[in-house]
Amino acid sequence: MRILKDRLAKRTMLVLTAVPTFLVLLILIGLFIRARPILAQKPFFSLFFSSAWSPLKGDFGLLPFIMGTLWVTFVSLVLAVPISLLTAVYLSEYAPLSVREFTKPIIDLLAGLPSVIYGVWGVLLVVPLVGRVIAPLFGVTSSGYTILAGGIVLAIMIFPTIISVSLEVFSSIPYPMREASLSLGATKWETVHHVVLKKGLQGIIAAIVLGLSRAFGETMAVLMVVGNIPRLPGSVFDGGYPLPALIANNYGEMMSVPLYDAALMLAAAVLLLVVLFFNVLARLILVRVERRAA
Amino acid sequence: MSHPSSLHWLRRRKLKEGIFRVLMAASVLVVIGCLALIMGTIIWKGLPAMNLSMITQTPKGGYYLGREGGILNAIVGSLYLASGATVLAILFSLPVVLYINVYAQKRSRLASLTRFSLDVLWGIPSIVYGAFGFIIMIFFGLRSSLLAGILAVGLLEFPIMSRAADEVIRMVPNELLEASYSLGATRLETALKVVVRQCLPGLLTAVLIAFGRGIGDAASVLFTAGFTDRIPTSLFQPAATLPLAIFFQLGTPFPEVQQRAYASAAILTVLILVISLLARGLGKRYTRHIIK
Repeated sequence: MRILKDRLAKRTMLVLTAVPTFLVLLILIGLFIRARPILAQKPFFSLFFSSAWSPLKGDFGLLPFIMGTLWVTFVSLVLAVPISLLTAVYLSEYAPLSVREFTKPIIDLLAGLPSVIYGVWGVLLVVPLVGRVIAPLFGVTSSGYTILAGGIVLAIMIFPTIISVSLEVFSSIPYPMREASLSLGATKWETVHHVVLKKGLQGIIAAIVLGLSRAFGETMAVLMVVGNIPRLPGSVFDGGYPLPALIANNYGEMMSVPLYDAALMLAAAVLLLVVLFFNVLARLILVRVERRAA
Repeated sequence: MSHPSSLHWLRRRKLKEGIFRVLMAASVLVVIGCLALIMGTIIWKGLPAMNLSMITQTPKGGYYLGREGGILNAIVGSLYLASGATVLAILFSLPVVLYINVYAQKRSRLASLTRFSLDVLWGIPSIVYGAFGFIIMIFFGLRSSLLAGILAVGLLEFPIMSRAADEVIRMVPNELLEASYSLGATRLETALKVVVRQCLPGLLTAVLIAFGRGIGDAASVLFTAGFTDRIPTSLFQPAATLPLAIFFQLGTPFPEVQQRAYASAAILTVLILVISLLARGLGKRYTRHIIK
């Protein structure tokens, strides 16, 4: 009887263990099935390389949204990468234990704050900052609801990802390597530069890629500060309209306009494909890094 | 080393060291400062607008025009939704995690593949879970409802909970399993009575982390849970959620209602803070190996 139970449990659990792997595929297939009507009717070019967006006339050019996503992601990476990497190096190589213990919950909390909170904060602080301080500094007039505001909020949201993954990578580098460098008379920073950063390069790339894919799919926070103008952005002081925001903003009306829902599902599928690509890439690198350390 | 040029060189290296130390300290301060700034702004803006009726009443007629009422519907809706989703996620993730750690070998190919898939699932944006939840909803002919929301958020929580639980269970020493087997316990008994008990604080932490993520997520419930001014009484009714309530209130053109959005944001922030403090307190010993 007990053995029977054990066997039964084993079967059930094995089936459930297959869930994660198949779930990824299932989501992808589901999205593509829903997006098929538009893929069948519109030429590929007019979907991805056209900036004409007027669902009522049947124009579904996704280019402004794809560009909007790329701009916001790029700005956030430019801001987040140096700050996160320097923080990670400091925490893993320089900081006394007490500082490390103090910072860890802060980073966890940053990761755990809901994106709406980031959005509200962005509206309250970052948008006015961009509109009244930063834009005039560059001689531009702007409402503040811009790519730059989206990028700043996003940068803070991806700090935790880049920092935590880099910390893991740095801790996988054997200590004696650093000692060897120090004993040759290298300063601490030289050791970091030539040993830690060099050895950890692959892992750092993975950390950045994970941050990138997080930024790529972030919805609410960006939506609230980025302006949502379906035009090709020309500078960081223009408003943008990233893909996730497009999906989130139009869920209400999408069922009443023909092909609209298919267009949005296509947008979600594109988003998923890009994020999957980056995630798989980064995870493969990390698995290799981990194996080397073990 | 009395050679002047080498002394100069040494000084330059020292200077470089100093510059980078300053840069690093500044970066750490920026990161800490950002959190302080966010929390500070939300609390500072939210507290003045807070009052008792916010958390004890549902929206009355004209609430979104600045009239009477509160956001009890959203608070309760979010709690229902996140609790349901968390239960759903436990039902799926506990067996998966136990299987890859007790039944399969810890380093087997199946285990690595599953971990890999979970990591990839973790990276999928919540708006995609929302869209997928929407597809499932249409497939089964459901309307936007508490149930559909629970499904979407449950999917979102599943990889988060699984990976956090896996990190804890992976630390259980093999000797403990072997001791249990040698006493004649089956693997199921070992899994449920030894492993789960040994890891209980850590597992609770995993559950709380997932719960916190579920309660704060907006993009996945946008499509699926709908929004209503009433507190749902069945799984098939739409449910309001706190993040969406914040979003909608902020979107109105009335300053009074926007004030309430700030107050609601403060409520959500405090909720998240309490959950993460609980998680930290419970799992202090076991979460040392979890960084994410």
